[in-house]
Amino acid sequence: MQHRTFFWFFFPTAAAMLLFIALPIVSVFLQSVFAPHEAVLVEVESCTPLVGCTTETQVDHDATTELRSNQPLGRFVGLDIYLDRGHLAVNEIAAAWQATDSMGDFISKVHNLPLYRALSFTLTFTFLVTPLLIIFGLMIALAVNSLHRHLKGLMIFFSLLPMIVTPLIGSLILFWMVDSRGVVGSALVALAGDPDFSMKASTGLTWVMLIIYGVWHSAPFAFVVFYAGLQTLPQDQLESAMIDGATRWQRVKYVVIPHLMPLVTFVALIQLMDNFRVFEPIVGFNASAHATSLSWIIFNDLGGETRQLSAASASSVLTILGVAILLTPVLIRTWRDFNAKS
Amino acid sequence: MTVKAQQRPLSLKLLINGFIIVWFVLAAFPFLWTLWGSFKVELDFFSIADWTYALTGERTKAAHGSAFTDAGYYGSWVQEEFWKHAINTLIVCFFVVCTSLTIGTLGGYALSRSSYRYTVWLLIAALIFRAMPPITLVSGYLLPFFEWNVWGILPTTIIVLVAINQPFTLWMLHSFFQKIPKELDESAKVDGCSQFQAFRHVIIPVMWPGVITTGLFSFLLAYNDFAVTSMLLSEQNRTMVPEIAAYLGTTYTEGNVMFAVAAVVSATVPLFILVLFFQRQIVSGLTAGAVKG
Repeated sequence: MQHRTFFWFFFPTAAAMLLFIALPIVSVFLQSVFAPHEAVLVEVESCTPLVGCTTETQVDHDATTELRSNQPLGRFVGLDIYLDRGHLAVNEIAAAWQATDSMGDFISKVHNLPLYRALSFTLTFTFLVTPLLIIFGLMIALAVNSLHRHLKGLMIFFSLLPMIVTPLIGSLILFWMVDSRGVVGSALVALAGDPDFSMKASTGLTWVMLIIYGVWHSAPFAFVVFYAGLQTLPQDQLESAMIDGATRWQRVKYVVIPHLMPLVTFVALIQLMDNFRVFEPIVGFNASAHATSLSWIIFNDLGGETRQLSAASASSVLTILGVAILLTPVLIRTWRDFNAKS
Repeated sequence: MTVKAQQRPLSLKLLINGFIIVWFVLAAFPFLWTLWGSFKVELDFFSIADWTYALTGERTKAAHGSAFTDAGYYGSWVQEEFWKHAINTLIVCFFVVCTSLTIGTLGGYALSRSSYRYTVWLLIAALIFRAMPPITLVSGYLLPFFEWNVWGILPTTIIVLVAINQPFTLWMLHSFFQKIPKELDESAKVDGCSQFQAFRHVIIPVMWPGVITTGLFSFLLAYNDFAVTSMLLSEQNRTMVPEIAAYLGTTYTEGNVMFAVAAVVSATVPLFILVLFFQRQIVSGLTAGAVKG
């Protein structure tokens, strides 16, 4: 295809991606180094006869409006927003390091800072949910594959539901069930033997609940991918393994799993990136008191009456850096595939 | 291979069937339970006294005279005007799918037919864009959208969702077009067609299976989106998902949880129907990227 023809075919989609993905990333970077203008203050001297003169500081509304409309980005502050308490909190960490003697004490102090709190949940979620969903998905795939032909279709249908359904809606449906008045919740109360038992009450249980949701939501994806892989199993290898006296478990371990290994890598890479952006379940489970994620911090800053664009932008940039780290292995793999092909 | 050697011992059979039943319950039960409960009153749905009330609907009988009531649906659809938000979702999904398939098909076709090196770079750039969480982009949209006075209206959200959709659409359609033999459009070009004519008369008639699969995923992205729609739409233009999220703030205090439950069930039904009819396409779309790589 000629360069010219290619350009015209590709132009609409390229324009859409440049304008609404590439430019916003640049603008997020820019916004994160600017802070809103402070109000312009003027000193006004007011003199009253007999009392004398006093000077007061007043907000100059006209000057403030003019300044804000002249420089809508705000004033340049460099990396200040990144270093403040809401983000990397350098000063607070240094103070905590000096004030505490034990490591546990220090960690609990750091854990009170919003960004680190969110980061700890996001990372725990990402690195627990991903391996769990791969194992669970593999088990479902192996089990469904051994079913009768007619049952397979039905099982695939129901297995797809947790993944297809809107994350917010899925988490709400589960939330209403584990609510202490819901069916699962009241069963748990009966099991725990404590009428005040609630999954929402403690940080640990909230995290467990969110992680279970994460596995429930993403295991179907792993299942479908592995199930497709099982349809192309090398039958001759399985047969020769059987003739050599391999047990059922050995056949799974030495033939099936190595055959599925490239798919495991694929699922792991995709899911690491997707779980890192965990956000909707926190809203759905109303869990922000116990668990926050990087995406949730951005959402929280942007919402409400005061849209804190600079703070949200700084969090966005930090999130993008995190995504970039997780993305690197995917990019290397894709690059290798292209080179192998050409 | 003899059938006998493949037969499983009884204990393994039991284990497998037991596991399947557990997974079936985990996957299906929450939806069935919520569907059943959405026709009850709140005291039955959240059964404080006795959980069997949720099945029999004791309080619903007391309040409405029958074990089933459509009070939740009436409240959300008519009283709270959920239908407006359903129409908004319909508009957003329709235009997002159409636009993103039109420009994605052109782009994906071009990528699959060009042999120059830059196609690799474009695909990798698309992959990077695909990895960006939409919520991180939103902080970049707000300031310009406020300045140009386009915040809060449906077209803005549609364009943003189309753009966010493009990387995935490009990848799917690119790999799909590569499976259509190049000789088809080459021969049309030899016969005197321009590239676009070859695309129109030769490729378009055979591309529908791949386009439908890609369209399904575009639809799901637009339908399921929460981050972009909740931030970029004004209150009366909200689609269903942010509206349900907004219920959580208001209805919990008013004691109208059943409105939210009914709205949640209503929003799940289209997805249910979608999986029912397009199960094969969804499965093939999910595995398309994986099995090749």
